[in-house]
Amino acid sequence: MRYTLINLFYKVGSPLRQMVRRTMAFFRRLTRRIEDAVFRFFPWLAAIFTFGALLFLIGHILVNGIPYLRPSLFALKYNTENVSLLPALVTTVFMVLLSLLIAAPLGLFTAIYLVEYAKRGSRLVRLVRVTAETLSGIPSIVYGLFGSLFFVSWLGWGYSLLAGTLTLSIMILPLIMRTAEESLKAVPDTYREGSFGLGAGRLRTVFRIVLPAAAPGILAGVILAMGRIVGETAALIYTAGSVAQIPNSLLASGRTLAIHMYALSSEGLYTGQAYATAVVLLVLVVGINALSAALAKRIAKG
Amino acid sequence: MRNMLKFQLEDVQLWYNDFKALHGVNMDIEEKEITAFIGPSGCGKSTLLKCLNRMNDLVEGCRITGKLLLDGEDINATQDVNRLRRRVGMVFQKPNPFPMSIYDNIAFGPRTHGVTSRLKLDGIVEKALRDAAIWEETKDRLKKSALSLSGGQQQRLCIARALAVEPEVLLMDEPTSALDPISTSKIEELMADLKKKYTVVIVTHNMQQATRISDKTAFFLLGELIEYGETEQVFSMPKDQRCEDYITGRFG
Repeated sequence: MRYTLINLFYKVGSPLRQMVRRTMAFFRRLTRRIEDAVFRFFPWLAAIFTFGALLFLIGHILVNGIPYLRPSLFALKYNTENVSLLPALVTTVFMVLLSLLIAAPLGLFTAIYLVEYAKRGSRLVRLVRVTAETLSGIPSIVYGLFGSLFFVSWLGWGYSLLAGTLTLSIMILPLIMRTAEESLKAVPDTYREGSFGLGAGRLRTVFRIVLPAAAPGILAGVILAMGRIVGETAALIYTAGSVAQIPNSLLASGRTLAIHMYALSSEGLYTGQAYATAVVLLVLVVGINALSAALAKRIAKG
Repeated sequence: MRNMLKFQLEDVQLWYNDFKALHGVNMDIEEKEITAFIGPSGCGKSTLLKCLNRMNDLVEGCRITGKLLLDGEDINATQDVNRLRRRVGMVFQKPNPFPMSIYDNIAFGPRTHGVTSRLKLDGIVEKALRDAAIWEETKDRLKKSALSLSGGQQQRLCIARALAVEPEVLLMDEPTSALDPISTSKIEELMADLKKKYTVVIVTHNMQQATRISDKTAFFLLGELIEYGETEQVFSMPKDQRCEDYITGRFG
């Protein structure tokens, strides 16, 4: 009696259990498939979104800007009729060159000192590093305020190319220094050993072996810095001012493209021309990047 | 006939900060011979090798006492480290060609020491590459990056680079440990040639290698020189029990 019951249970039970097992397996497969789909879908979606956003942005600027790219926009002199961007373009190029001229050697040599000469992990090295990190976290308007108070007012330079340039130099210095430092640190010590082992001194080792090897990374930092300069407005409005002519001296005021854009769009009368300025800015940035990349390639090749 | 003494070491002691890595080493290294340093990891053989051209200067907290003489001249007292390193060249454990062309790699040393004439450099580069038995493989691609060579070729390139400054001594820190057997045998053949012109000191983990190539062998243990003598004698009838234990594979 008892055995038959148990038997019966097993006879009914085993298909039942099998069914349960199969259903569970089915659901497990299903969830895995959903997971698979989700995990395959999301990166794809994210990539599409990122790419799409960029494409949309560029497209939007081009569509709105290109129709306004007329010869009058590139007139040598700015007036309220032509709202020429040429003076701003010239000022931008000057601003970039001058700021880099000051900040790049300073940053690079600081990095060389920190990596190649200073005792590793010394207090000074740590102090400089912390300072640089702090400086790179400060919003640019704070630099603008400092520049305005110190260069413009206290030193009495007024709104000028010089005040703007120095403010920007201070702003990008930590960026250049940190990237240069990281690239120098990434050069394997075996290169240094090899060079010292051949009887080369430290100076020759640094300039002939380490720097060329680190050049692509250093240049990447410089490109980033250029990007920041070209895109900067806040720090410049209160230091370089917004006079729309080509500055005739270092102590004259001048507006960069970004400020030109800001001025045009905030006035509200020349939105189209503001878009056109954005197009020029875009082309400038892409051009600079391409140039630097080519340069880095040549240096890396030796 | 006895050879000249190249290095004379007297009671060399070395500390890395508080850690004593060498406990008073006394040894003479003879000219135009291959001397092999063997011993288990951390026994101080590489450390001692680096003392011979002061590569330990680069290590912070490193302190050396005792006498290290190169041709009777105190190595640690010399002011011109660069000249010392020119006389005592070095080949490292891992091939470390510079990221530049094969030609520029070899020319770097001579240029450092003031050779600028293109013609002279060409000659030096060819000779160094020939001496390191890699000329045939590289003569058509001197302008190519040295990093495009295989590991074994890179190591021979590094040997060529060291030879290009015409050193008197070649220090080799486990030069074949990162290489395949074929490259290793090429470099071993090369060393047999090199000893005609240079004094070679080699650190090796490979005892067969030491027996194959070296004239003298020094066995180190925990920062002490335990046994030093003709390679044949050291490997066939070591005087010290610890040395015998090591070479018969009882530890290490």
